Amino acid sequence: MSFYEIYSRYKDTDNAFGLVSSRDVERALAARNPDISHFMALLSPEAERHLEEMALKSREMTLRYFGKTIQLYTPLYLSNYCENRCVYCGFSAANRIERRRLTPAEVENEARAIASTGLQHILVLTGESRTMSPISYIKECVKVLAEYFSSISIEIYALSESEYAGLVLEGVDGLTIYQEAYDEEVYKNIHPAGPKSDYAFRLAAPARGAGSGMRNVNIGVLLGLDEWRREAFWLGLHAKYLQDMFPGVEIGASLPRMRPHEGAFTVPHKVDDKVMVQIITALRIFLPRIGISMSTREDAKFRENLIGIGLTRISAGSSTYVGGHSACLHDSKNLPQFEISDKRSVAEIMAMLEQKGYQPVLKDWLHI
Amino acid sequence: MDRVEDILKIGGKNIKNRLFIGTGKFSAYELMKRVLEESDVDVTTVALRRVDNEAASENILDYIPKKCILVPNTSGARNADEAVRIARLSRAAGCGNWVKIEVIQDNKYLLPDNSETLKATEILAKEGFVVLPYMSPDLSMARRLVDAGAAAVMPLGSPIGSNRGFRTKELVEILVSEIKIPVIVDAGLGTPSSACECMETGCAAVLVNTAIAIAQDPVAMAKSFSDAVGAGRLAYNAGMPQSTKDAKASSPLTGFLRNE
Repeated sequence: MSFYEIYSRYKDTDNAFGLVSSRDVERALAARNPDISHFMALLSPEAERHLEEMALKSREMTLRYFGKTIQLYTPLYLSNYCENRCVYCGFSAANRIERRRLTPAEVENEARAIASTGLQHILVLTGESRTMSPISYIKECVKVLAEYFSSISIEIYALSESEYAGLVLEGVDGLTIYQEAYDEEVYKNIHPAGPKSDYAFRLAAPARGAGSGMRNVNIGVLLGLDEWRREAFWLGLHAKYLQDMFPGVEIGASLPRMRPHEGAFTVPHKVDDKVMVQIITALRIFLPRIGISMSTREDAKFRENLIGIGLTRISAGSSTYVGGHSACLHDSKNLPQFEISDKRSVAEIMAMLEQKGYQPVLKDWLHI
Repeated sequence: MDRVEDILKIGGKNIKNRLFIGTGKFSAYELMKRVLEESDVDVTTVALRRVDNEAASENILDYIPKKCILVPNTSGARNADEAVRIARLSRAAGCGNWVKIEVIQDNKYLLPDNSETLKATEILAKEGFVVLPYMSPDLSMARRLVDAGAAAVMPLGSPIGSNRGFRTKELVEILVSEIKIPVIVDAGLGTPSSACECMETGCAAVLVNTAIAIAQDPVAMAKSFSDAVGAGRLAYNAGMPQSTKDAKASSPLTGFLRNE
């Protein structure tokens, strides 16, 4: 069964959230193996009155399965050439920004700069352009990076399963790919042109990655594009689907919120901090063993507060500029994909974690 | 039996403290080190995936007390081949020739894959490793692991991190009575009393991580586990009386034999 079939089955759920009673939420909180109806109850308006209980349960489960540790990673932008016109993205082909692509030598400079901070997990990003950043180019960069890092994940355009398998052979062990919006209509409106406008190809990409030999697959929704309850619900269903279909793959989820960027896009559905807590804790209770990551899009204080509640991975020392780590390409024309909020260095993030009683995990895999 | 002489022998080494401690979930290496030192444990396990001999900052191995037997584990391995490769890398990295095999194909419950574990055990035991396989308690598999050269078997008490205690007791008891190598309960023990129960049952040792690492005072909790393990072992050696739920005042079925 494809995830599209599951999505279709649970497509019209908006009214169901309103039918959830306080007793349903209590039942969801008490369930030993929460099911889909429990997950829905935890995302309901009624659950907002149970946020503290949800946070307590989420914290306890996160501690049991992940201990007092937080894994650190950082993004590395290889290229911002892009053929898509995603209305929310700074790299959209519609934006007149200077386009750049790192040479292998520049990738090595970036790798050196990042490795000097102690980080061993890296997330490689590109815009979508099979001509300017083809798979052969990505492989070339991965070869360089494999000398510096023990884990390499990619966040690039959607590929076929055999293309993913080819990258696994080069040393890629993780795939991050966000659906951005699960609602098909919303998705089509915000992805008006370019290869990414193919909803079905994007939706099935995480499963293709999981089937290709990736060790980790991380999915996400871009909060703010659509009504959050249903998007969070579909995200949870997608994570559960992947976990059921690929039990050997570690599944993770991210919940990026819209941030300011180049271009004039107004966020249609604002998502406040309370909502973020409700989604993260509901996800943790529904799927206790998935990784939950949060990037530097979010501000320092908010990330710190969420560390004890449900997060397992955070980014550190981030730059959303192409070549931003080694600073050699950092100038006024080179614009970021989005503005980051938590601008602290890796050392500062590590000190914060230690002060909060958490072990920063810089290395959690090895090339075998 | 004199408790001082009650030594567990694995891989030619003498182990006094039958509490083994896992290292994956502590809030800081310094704290982990104190836990290992102050609870006076002899055996600890470290995931090789976390070891960084070229670390710019901290390397977990620098915080393992010298007296501890280091048992690197193959956490992250999805099949026998990956477990074997991790074990070889571990030995090449100077982490010794002990290995705890963890092969997990199931990220939902973190339950081990017994058949892949057996394959890895066969290969690594032949290569001279002291192999401690983490397994689901199953008698046939345990016998095969013995034949494959395992130095001990490590059945789970309940799923990793679940803190649900010694739920597999019925099956582990069978291993204890049938298997001639040490049976070490690994995973799921949330309380010192459950660790004590394992030892009363005749297990050779227990391995604990989560319950100690996430306790408010991990050092005190480790000492408590250590004491509980010692007490359980002492009770086992003292000869545990058979327990029964019912009082037995008479012999309703065979009483007539005495009435003649």
